[in-house]
Amino acid sequence: MQQWEAVIGIETHAQLATQAKIFSGSPIAFGAEPNLQANAIDIALPGVLPVLNRAAVECAIRFGLAVGGKIAPRSVFARKNYFYPDLPKGYQISQYELPVVVGGSLLIPAGESDKEIRLTRAHLEEDAGKSLHEGAGQHFRGCSGIDLNRAGTPLLEIVSEPDMRSAIEAVAYAKALHALVRWIGICDGNMQEGSFRCDANVSVRPAGRQEFGTRREIKNLNSFRFLQQAIDYEIQWQIATLEDGGRIGQATVLFDPETGETRSMRSKEDAHDYRYFPDPDLLPLVIEESWIAEIRAQLPELPAAKRERLIADYGLPAYDAKVLTASLDIAKYFETAVTVAGAAHAKTCANWVMVDLAARLNREGREIGESPVSAQQLGSLIARIADGTLSTSLAREVFDALWTGQGASADEVIAARGLQQISDSTELEKLIDDVLSGSASLVAEFRSGKEKAFNALVGQTMKATRGKANPQRVSELLRRKLG
Amino acid sequence: MALTREQVHRIAHLARIEISDAEADRTLEQLNDIFALIAEMQAVDTSGVEPMAHAQDVAQRLRADQITEVDQLTRRTAFQLIAPQTEDGLYLVPKVIE
Amino acid sequence: MIERSLREIASSLAERRISSVELTRLYLDRIARHNPALNAFITIDEEASLAQARAADERLRRGDAGPLTGIPIAHKDIFCSEGWLTTCGSRMLANFVSPYDASVIARFRAAGAVLLGKTNMDEFAMGSSNETSFFGPVRNPWDLTRVPGGSSGGSAAAVAARLAPAATGTDTGGSIRQPAALCNLTGMKPTYGVVSRYGMIAFASSLDQGGPLARSAEDCAVMLSAMAGFDDRDSTSLDRPAEDFFRDLVSDRGSRPLSGLRIGLPAEFFDAGCDREIIELVDAAVADYRRLGAETVSISLPNMRLSVPAYYVIAPAEASSNLARFDGVRYGYRAAEYHDLIDMYRKTRAQGFGAEVKRRILIGTYVLSHGYYDAYYLQAQRIRRLIANDFAEAFRQCDVIAGPTSPTTAFRLGEKAADPVQMYLSDIYTIAVNLAGLPAVSIPCGFAAGLPAGLQLIGNYFTEARLLDVAHRYQMVTGWHLQHPRGFDSED
Repeated sequence: MQQWEAVIGIETHAQLATQAKIFSGSPIAFGAEPNLQANAIDIALPGVLPVLNRAAVECAIRFGLAVGGKIAPRSVFARKNYFYPDLPKGYQISQYELPVVVGGSLLIPAGESDKEIRLTRAHLEEDAGKSLHEGAGQHFRGCSGIDLNRAGTPLLEIVSEPDMRSAIEAVAYAKALHALVRWIGICDGNMQEGSFRCDANVSVRPAGRQEFGTRREIKNLNSFRFLQQAIDYEIQWQIATLEDGGRIGQATVLFDPETGETRSMRSKEDAHDYRYFPDPDLLPLVIEESWIAEIRAQLPELPAAKRERLIADYGLPAYDAKVLTASLDIAKYFETAVTVAGAAHAKTCANWVMVDLAARLNREGREIGESPVSAQQLGSLIARIADGTLSTSLAREVFDALWTGQGASADEVIAARGLQQISDSTELEKLIDDVLSGSASLVAEFRSGKEKAFNALVGQTMKATRGKANPQRVSELLRRKLG
Repeated sequence: MALTREQVHRIAHLARIEISDAEADRTLEQLNDIFALIAEMQAVDTSGVEPMAHAQDVAQRLRADQITEVDQLTRRTAFQLIAPQTEDGLYLVPKVIE
Repeated sequence: MIERSLREIASSLAERRISSVELTRLYLDRIARHNPALNAFITIDEEASLAQARAADERLRRGDAGPLTGIPIAHKDIFCSEGWLTTCGSRMLANFVSPYDASVIARFRAAGAVLLGKTNMDEFAMGSSNETSFFGPVRNPWDLTRVPGGSSGGSAAAVAARLAPAATGTDTGGSIRQPAALCNLTGMKPTYGVVSRYGMIAFASSLDQGGPLARSAEDCAVMLSAMAGFDDRDSTSLDRPAEDFFRDLVSDRGSRPLSGLRIGLPAEFFDAGCDREIIELVDAAVADYRRLGAETVSISLPNMRLSVPAYYVIAPAEASSNLARFDGVRYGYRAAEYHDLIDMYRKTRAQGFGAEVKRRILIGTYVLSHGYYDAYYLQAQRIRRLIANDFAEAFRQCDVIAGPTSPTTAFRLGEKAADPVQMYLSDIYTIAVNLAGLPAVSIPCGFAAGLPAGLQLIGNYFTEARLLDVAHRYQMVTGWHLQHPRGFDSED
């Protein structure tokens, strides 16, 4: 039987985290009433002109630096001409021949090792508006409604080389890219709101052949799950078509999550002829070396470098390092906590961030940036575990109190509730004497050789201290007294 | 080089301008006259000449990332007063098929 | 009053010898009387104009007046004016009341000038005769059977017939200078980037530039001082210190004020393509310049012959894209009947645009389309570079280039309307200036068979003040610019 190989390239539109639009002073916040965030420029009144937003360019430079691409010293905005009601000017301002970022690459996990996915380019462009169709709670008597709030939102279109060979690799790439754009703060990554959307170019070829097959482009995949489903479906469909003796025609298709299938877009049936030419309303974008240097200096340590460092500096396992660098917020939280708790307790910090904190955040559907317990608070809590003040169970109680706002710091909660472990021997000895005198039968059992009775006596003592005693200490003292 | 009637129809479609066969024929004649005028330019050897897109050799100026828009509802009302068809703040067009 | 310069009008207003309301009323009355014959205006709004005049009178009373406060100015209907119909001469925008002001309009408002009315123009500024306007052709006040030139024909006819003291225009390939020549006016196209394009409805973005049409170089200087200036809403606006374009005009430099000025005479401007009588008038003007102290040098602009072909690639290409926004969705015309979205687009644009605009959109769509871009658009941009280089070379040998503005005087209505190529060639002397982005002025230099002819003076980048001075020195010793058409005299 014929073996097939899939070839996949991904184009990603990342909405840039600016305040205003790329060519106008309108806000880009999501969810406003229709057309309230569309000014004269966004609705393309006659005579209006674009002026480029500096922050959008900064985002592109950050990205270029983060993927090791080349920042073009001179790039050019071009007009992509086509008619569509959500495209108010009748053209989209984009970059064509001279994009702002050229090349670069991204590592994705592939089996045991990492695989490098090369990037072709990244360019700045504006988003279109939205067409709302009859049915979605709207009824415009056979019409579509046009909302231009999104028109002019800054996008970075990131184009990969066709370096992926399976849907799994494609998803790994999309996830790595998603994490990176959030890490460097250029995109909020909100896929439901469309801040991060992927188009997948998929083709198949007989295994071992050099030339690519004809590709079909799946548009607008706004979740990793859909990305995987759509590519899997498309690969199977293309293989089945070819094995049935059919041919693949170049096409733009949409993925239907309901049916799990892809279908051709009618609006794209027109032969594409976008008539690109340099936008005469915008001058060449010139990026000086000094500006790049300034941005490079502000760039956070990148995930791969940080991973290496967490392993080297704190002796963390590779798994922990990977989890703690899933986002810049997590990494920052962890590192702040470690600074407060002390580097020697990094593993304890890692465990708390990865287990206790993560579980609580997850349960309440919060991001780490919204954690009621700050990294400083957690760090000081861990310091109290480390110095023996708190047992693990007491620490959880303090954590809970901090989470619900019943104290400003671990020490404050400990003091207010008298939660310090009782390590003081005189006080403990007195308590133990009381327990022993009230548990004659257990003492007798222990002396007759039943080790289980000893554990019961430890438990009794802990209970008498309401958990505040240091269990090691209790055990030591009990042995001494009974021995 | 002369255009064909099919080419005229194709570019008219790209430009979204309805054109009848009779108009296409008339237009074809005029466009061919104009392209004959343009042909003089095409004969010139311009190898090594840098294309000139702008009159001034200046770099793009950059705007600060600031929201400059206020009073959005009043503005939308003013904008939609001059629109052919709107409803609930949306511009209406014949149904879009994706 | 109607023959007074802008500076004289300003002092009459300042000295309260006339009020802005009286002055505005005077011009509105003249428009009411003479516009039906000329069709120079598309929109007049007496109440709005008089309200502005009253506000200007208040400013004058407060002593808070500038050089244009209270003076009525006509604006080409290509400049968006808040609350005013702004049609660009097209059915497409025949119902478009602009919700915002173009930067140029805002500058005139801030200066306290009165918006007298919106002037007729070739549709979307595409034309050289003002015959492509949806609102009908404009007639030349010097001969009502002839065209005023275009595309700023309404502004030119209005100022020539003294229906406005001065007007704005725009010039993409000669649209200020050619009508100025055909109507005996002084009209200036500034260096590209000097006047903001924000709110000026785009024809060919890399060539369009606003400028004044007035009765003298002196008036142009006053107008340009109001129009010019950096605008952060236009990426192509040049960030330069504000200029007083009047500054050189006032100095007394004796009987040979232009000593040391080198005027370049390009052989290509004086060829067989130009009417003999016009060449004679230009030669006579050059002789006048020698008497004023200038010397002349022969120069060459070898690629100028390629300017018309290059222009008719670049301008339609940009226009085809600029005019894509007129789709019947957000403003302007929408066809009454259609059966789906594409049909709506096609019918709206077929009915909303006139023949010349559609022709140019089709040319532009073609030259940008797949497989033709390099041969047409890129080649035209390379030719553009060659033409700009020619000028750079010429300005090493001279300070100002002189020649005819237009190869003919005003032609008859309908004479060239059926032949686009003949029409395009009427801009043969003006187009190269737009491709290079240079400043140029057209000034009256005499009459051929009773029709005015224009002398074009082209300067190097940012030499507007110098060009206006050179024009002004000529106007100090000649009277051509003072001639005005008969039948539009002051009634008092």
